[in-house]
Amino acid sequence: MHLALFIIFGALCMAGALNLLFQRHPINSALSLIVVMSSLAVLYLLLGAEFLAAAQVIVYSGAIMVLFTFVIMLLNAGEEQRTHGSKMAYFAGVPGAAILVSLLTFIFLSNRGNFAEARIGDYIASTGDLSRVLFRDLLLPFEVTSVLILIAILGAVALARKEH
Amino acid sequence: MIPIAWYLVLSGILFSIGVAAFLIKRNIITVFMSIELMLNAVNLSFVAFSRNWSQITGHLQVSGQIFVFFVMVVAAAEAAVGLAIIIAVFRARNTLNVDQVDLMKL
Repeated sequence: MHLALFIIFGALCMAGALNLLFQRHPINSALSLIVVMSSLAVLYLLLGAEFLAAAQVIVYSGAIMVLFTFVIMLLNAGEEQRTHGSKMAYFAGVPGAAILVSLLTFIFLSNRGNFAEARIGDYIASTGDLSRVLFRDLLLPFEVTSVLILIAILGAVALARKEH
Repeated sequence: MIPIAWYLVLSGILFSIGVAAFLIKRNIITVFMSIELMLNAVNLSFVAFSRNWSQITGHLQVSGQIFVFFVMVVAAAEAAVGLAIIIAVFRARNTLNVDQVDLMKL
């Protein structure tokens, strides 16, 4: 059960990410990024992070991606054109990413003995467990993030406003 | 039973695809989306490490998940400001191609 869910949603994640890479039109990339984020929410559930799965769907696939699609439609973004820079980036980027992925895979799989094995249903972190840490030990950072959000809202409004 | 290393491998693959998309894509919005993909990949590894630590110590550890919570908050703020900057760039330059926004290039 766990293995099947992991394979299905892991494959969906990878397919969405690759689709983001290969699509030329930004709206297609945005929609495949929504697929990636929603499948990541299922993987969080498999790892026992209930609150984060809900927050992932609401914040990432909901709020942030709506903002992205909204901006794509607002700016009427068309297909990207191939330029000299993009060919250079192909020759540097694809081998670089391939080296990175093979290195990370090698490191993780060769240290596999140090990692535990996850079973579905164990160690489920409820919202209560999270909030006990968040509002007791980390109250000050939590309050600081609200100031950060406020400043970000003001900055976004100031930047996007039409200049006279 | 799934080894947690598999989750980390998946996270590494997603991160590398994000890096490749960041380098290859020429549309400024898509470049920004690949940054979000990299953030998501790191979030997955945070959750996996949190679970790993829980299983090694024998009781629930949520520090990794708290980290992900803060990353999400910062990512939301970053998306709002970044998209506002993209709108401002588009107003000034009338293009979304990163190759044509090169005023600070030597």
